[in-house]
Amino acid sequence: MSVSGAAAVVGIGATEFSKDSGRSELRLAAEAVRDALTDAGLEPSDVDGLVSFTMDSNTEIAVARELGIPELTFFSRIHYGGGAACATVQQAAMAVATGMAEVVVCYRAFNERSGHRFGQVQTAAAVGSVDNSWSYPMGLGTPAAMVAMFARRYMHAHGATSEDFGRIAVVDRKHAATNPKAWFHERPITLEEHQSSRWIAEPLRLLDCCQESDGAVAIVVTSAERARDLRRPPAVIRAAAQGSGTDQFTMTSYYRDDLTGLPEMGVVAKALWRQSGLGPSDVDVAVLYDHFTPFVLVQLEELGFCQRGEARHFIADGMLELDGGLPLNPHGGQLGEAYVHGMNGIAEAVRQVRGTAANQVRAVAHVLVTAGTGVPTSGLVLGVD
Amino acid sequence: MTRVEEEAARIAAAGESAPRLARDPVNLPMVLNWVEAIGDANPVYTDPEAAEKAGHGGLVAPPAMIQVWTMGGLHGQRSSDDPLGAMMAVLDEAGYTSVVATNSDQTYHRYLRQGEHVAVTTRLDDVVGPKRTALGEGWFVTTRNTWYVGDEVVAEMRFRVLKFRPAEKPAAVAEAVPAAVIRPAVNHDTEYFWQGTALGELRIQRCGGCGLLRHPPGPMCPECGATKPTHLVSDGVGEVYSYVVHHHPRVPGRATPFVVALVELDEGVRMLGELTGIAPDDVRVGLPVEVVFTKVDDDLTMPTWRPRAGGGS
Repeated sequence: MSVSGAAAVVGIGATEFSKDSGRSELRLAAEAVRDALTDAGLEPSDVDGLVSFTMDSNTEIAVARELGIPELTFFSRIHYGGGAACATVQQAAMAVATGMAEVVVCYRAFNERSGHRFGQVQTAAAVGSVDNSWSYPMGLGTPAAMVAMFARRYMHAHGATSEDFGRIAVVDRKHAATNPKAWFHERPITLEEHQSSRWIAEPLRLLDCCQESDGAVAIVVTSAERARDLRRPPAVIRAAAQGSGTDQFTMTSYYRDDLTGLPEMGVVAKALWRQSGLGPSDVDVAVLYDHFTPFVLVQLEELGFCQRGEARHFIADGMLELDGGLPLNPHGGQLGEAYVHGMNGIAEAVRQVRGTAANQVRAVAHVLVTAGTGVPTSGLVLGVD
Repeated sequence: MTRVEEEAARIAAAGESAPRLARDPVNLPMVLNWVEAIGDANPVYTDPEAAEKAGHGGLVAPPAMIQVWTMGGLHGQRSSDDPLGAMMAVLDEAGYTSVVATNSDQTYHRYLRQGEHVAVTTRLDDVVGPKRTALGEGWFVTTRNTWYVGDEVVAEMRFRVLKFRPAEKPAAVAEAVPAAVIRPAVNHDTEYFWQGTALGELRIQRCGGCGLLRHPPGPMCPECGATKPTHLVSDGVGEVYSYVVHHHPRVPGRATPFVVALVELDEGVRMLGELTGIAPDDVRVGLPVEVVFTKVDDDLTMPTWRPRAGGGS
């Protein structure tokens, strides 16, 4: 049995992306789910499954109550922060493919800027966590610093520079500049601005780090068969995978033989290519998780777009631009559009497949989406029907 | 002249306070308590023969007890004409609410004998300030006590205090460094490590089955499946494998910027810790380092790193 081709995304919804939503996280979740159902042309009563992140403060039953969803036969949560994003859709696809549910909505909603900010030191994360006791008490207490430790070694091993990281930020912000929904709409940056932005955790600068955002995104999944009867062109789930690697930690997998790869993303890549029967050259748009720029380079290597250590050469010459060989994050990514734990990237992939994106790439057949990096993660390949 | 100086001049001009008589005459029981507490074994204070032999003509009291005789007792109160009390009140009112004794000098004119009844007076010598001190802005207040037996001066003391306005605690602004550190969670699998740091040992888990070295540790060996973890004590030397210079945001217990290094120990495992004793710009991958144990408090000692002496490459 394969999930590939069995299910499709038929609806996407979101709130506005802001720095202060002014309303509860539950209300954001309910608004996004309702928006996605409207997009799909479905009613709350059609929904029988809900999936979210373990980090989400909104329980499935709370969301069901607000939407008036009467019965749920499938509900599930995925762990490991932003690594959960594509796995929520994987859960939904598996539930639909096995008949556990017919219409599943995946959602993520938070006031991540006006409420609990991930960019601050997560003192609470250290309390009671033996895993985190080898890093937080030693002064390594923010996601940026944890990625910076990796980035320094990657630079040492492969000769990458801060400017190489900066090129990712520049292309994200260029795309966000022409996306009206993006927080950084009409605010592109130059490489010089990246290079003069302040240090956060060397070798990461401010402009290597994604935004902190308030907002919510919801994704509606149903069977490919039912999808064909709905109002939007289906974005068929060609592949959906999770991955965890050897000696895996959350953000601090520093004890492996090598500290220049993301083996958990390698696990995801192998499964995506196997399930879909596709390869890197078949990808028309790459929506790569970009909470911090260095991991975008590493993902390109793990996913097979280039050799190890070669990403800095691969991205040269406009490769990641909208008209380049591998358009990256046409919505502006989490550096440019908003940080919604990767869920806004899935919505962008759906728009690219439908042909309705603000920065639409021409003749899109397949879009690759990845989830959080540095953590156990997940990925998707969405395609036209 | 400030108000503090005016009041100081007025109080000083009033001169000596009226003599205040000691509660009890000089007596043996109090001397015995005092020499025991202080550990003074000189027999002239307790053995009449020894005192005689020493030429004192009978038991004498330790001169350093002079203040003892005129102490007010547990519920004692200053007399109304006490110049030190008056000066304290003036400074309290001016906002200099905290006090710390800075120094005293005593002069003994002769030994006191059992049964002599002393009295004490106080006068204000001077008040100097305002001075900037580490504790805050304050005034040095010097008083002089004189002990009498009848009209005879038997001892004197110059006594100085700093009366200060406590330095304001920094408001909760970005530059302030939070006092609390993030503490590790410790369980059965990891307590050996933290017990080690408290003893000055950097311990690495070693499998009791196959000998695999492993950090961070865990209860079951991923190589052989044994659940018999032991440990060895690392030499504590290695090289920087990677590092971060942390600038933002603030981290509890640390001033920014600071360096956190991932160190590959000579035994082959990697371990995180703060790297001190080197400018952040001078840190590089491959820097030879050694462990330093930094005691946070009685319950926590952190392993940290410093550049290894003579470890240049």
